[in-house]
Amino acid sequence: MLNIKDLRVSVEGKEILKGINLEVKPGEVHAIMGPNGSGKSTLASALAGNESFEITAGEVTYMGKDLLDLSPENRAREGIFLGFQYPVEIPGVSMVNFLRTAINEHKKYRNEEPLSAGEFLKLMREKKSLVEIDSDLTSRSVNEGFSGGEKKKNEIFQMALLNPKLSILDETDSGLDIDALRIVANGVNKLRTKDNATVVITHYQRLLDYIVPDYVHVLYKGKIVKSGDKSLALQLEEKGYDWLKQEAGIEV
Amino acid sequence: MKTLTEKTDTVNKYVTLFHEHQGEIMDAEPAFLSGMRREAIADFERLGFPKKKAENYKYVHLEPFFNGALETRFAPRKLEFDIQEMFRCDIPTLDTHVLLVLNGFFYTTTGEQLVEQENGVIFGSLKEATARHPELVSQHLGKYADYRNDAFVALNTACAQDGVFLYVPEKQTLDKPLQIIHLLLSDENEMVQHRNLFIAEKHSEAEVIICDHTLSNHMFLTNSVSEISVAENASLDVVRMQNEHNQAVQITNTWIEQRRDSTARHSTITLHGGKVRNNLQVKLKGENAHCDANGLFLIDKAQHVDNFTVIEHQQPHCTSNQHYKGVLDDAATGAFSGKIHVFPDAQKTEAYQTNNNVLLTRDAKMHTKPQLEIYADDVKCSHGATVGQIDENALFYLQTRGIPREEARLMLMYAFADDVISGIREEALRDRIANLVSRRLRGELSRCDNCAINCYD
Repeated sequence: MLNIKDLRVSVEGKEILKGINLEVKPGEVHAIMGPNGSGKSTLASALAGNESFEITAGEVTYMGKDLLDLSPENRAREGIFLGFQYPVEIPGVSMVNFLRTAINEHKKYRNEEPLSAGEFLKLMREKKSLVEIDSDLTSRSVNEGFSGGEKKKNEIFQMALLNPKLSILDETDSGLDIDALRIVANGVNKLRTKDNATVVITHYQRLLDYIVPDYVHVLYKGKIVKSGDKSLALQLEEKGYDWLKQEAGIEV
Repeated sequence: MKTLTEKTDTVNKYVTLFHEHQGEIMDAEPAFLSGMRREAIADFERLGFPKKKAENYKYVHLEPFFNGALETRFAPRKLEFDIQEMFRCDIPTLDTHVLLVLNGFFYTTTGEQLVEQENGVIFGSLKEATARHPELVSQHLGKYADYRNDAFVALNTACAQDGVFLYVPEKQTLDKPLQIIHLLLSDENEMVQHRNLFIAEKHSEAEVIICDHTLSNHMFLTNSVSEISVAENASLDVVRMQNEHNQAVQITNTWIEQRRDSTARHSTITLHGGKVRNNLQVKLKGENAHCDANGLFLIDKAQHVDNFTVIEHQQPHCTSNQHYKGVLDDAATGAFSGKIHVFPDAQKTEAYQTNNNVLLTRDAKMHTKPQLEIYADDVKCSHGATVGQIDENALFYLQTRGIPREEARLMLMYAFADDVISGIREEALRDRIANLVSRRLRGELSRCDNCAINCYD
């Protein structure tokens, strides 16, 4: 589904990702962990197409297509979803208008009829229950005045509505209390199928108690320094990152 | 009768024009009006046009526009004008009394110059109202717009022949909004000066919609004055939609005087125009009066919109809110200058002002100048101004949800404009304006040869 080869990314002339290799297959859940500043969010943003991240080398194929060739909106319409670490507040743009426009842009891309108002509301109701999002939130402006937890739930809500093939969730657990974390994780789990894949970027092992990964990768100083199964996450929880840093130091 | 003005010293040109045509200008009008005109032309001669770089006209120098070869008329010209042809006027959602002012002269579509309703409400031609009700008009005309100190008001006072008159007597409510459509239609370049007078007596209520339109491709220069009196406990809403073409120069002078416990709401939505200067002067002359002054402009190419406001808090416990916004594309330029003047006795004043602007290109330019003059010590006043770009993070966020960049940009621009639009109380009008703004942002309203309010649906 997703194949990243030797990806190098710079921000304002500074190289953040120094050769990333990663393969994600349908049905898999990958967790990317790593200390602050290791480049986790840069990877997420670059995959979603943020132009302030400059791709200096490497290639990314997604469903047989050159991902780096696509605009952010076409990446989304091809089925990539980025759950933001800091969802953007957009005063004046109503949730309803935003969601309906987004869904219908996806439909348009697939040459399907746009949703009628009734169909759209039905879909909203259906997906709302999935993430236990407050009805009230959908009558407001996008993320405006939402609490941290509401913002994250709103990301998963959008994910549910857009039904992506590949979801990249950037620090979806940060700022969540345990109840919100459970709701968000349950939402993600319910949306899992054998055909879609999820990349979970996180700091802590905590989230992985709920969203169980098939693979765990540790990103350090712009490189994946270790990959393993879910036991790697537990190891990190126990020992921290220091032992890996030492190991990486030796390897580099 | 028409006069082709010549290129001479601009002030003298208009003074001479006045004197040469004074017989026609003052024909059959009450003495109070002629007396006022003579004063006003002398004031205009003394004041002259604002000099280049004059503090209040720093960003737009208007005198040169008065210097062009422009026709000026003091009586309406017969025009081949088929109202049905020009306007496909069906507005099921917006039920209004429609009044047309064509090149500065009231243009009746019903044969009636002045409507006088049973409850005492009067609306129609100002010229006709002055003839029929000279005592009523003389109590108000020239009493609010300061022609002694403002050259544009002085010139208008001396020359204006007609416009719209609205009178709402005590405790009466205007049954539906008055919609005034100022049309400019000519086969030559023309200067137009019209005058409106709206009087809301004690405990009365009224709503006025003004639409400014050009219907032919000539250079038009408009210098209009609207005088508005809002008496005790009265409420008056004015929404002005400006939609003129790129060769049009428009100066609007709106003077509002409010008495105690009154409310006035004034919104100016500029969808299109060549050079636009809007002067809004509000005097809060009674306790506990409230004023909202809002503005929104959406401009591109080499357009210029200049909003200038002065809110005078003369009495205690008054509140005012000013909210002006602008979206500037291409090499458009804009200016906002907003003054809040709190008099020494005006304790417990609350006066707020914000001015937010979005520049879509590097060439667009915005000048913003808040001015607070506060002579009372127990007041709450604030001002804030921003000039920025579209938020890149918000754009990216929308894109990652599959919304194309251009559509995302439109959504954000529309969102930016939205809070001025949502300040319009009348729902049907608000929806209509929302629709117009959205289409303007999409570039679908690049021409404006019809009345936008009526005809774009």
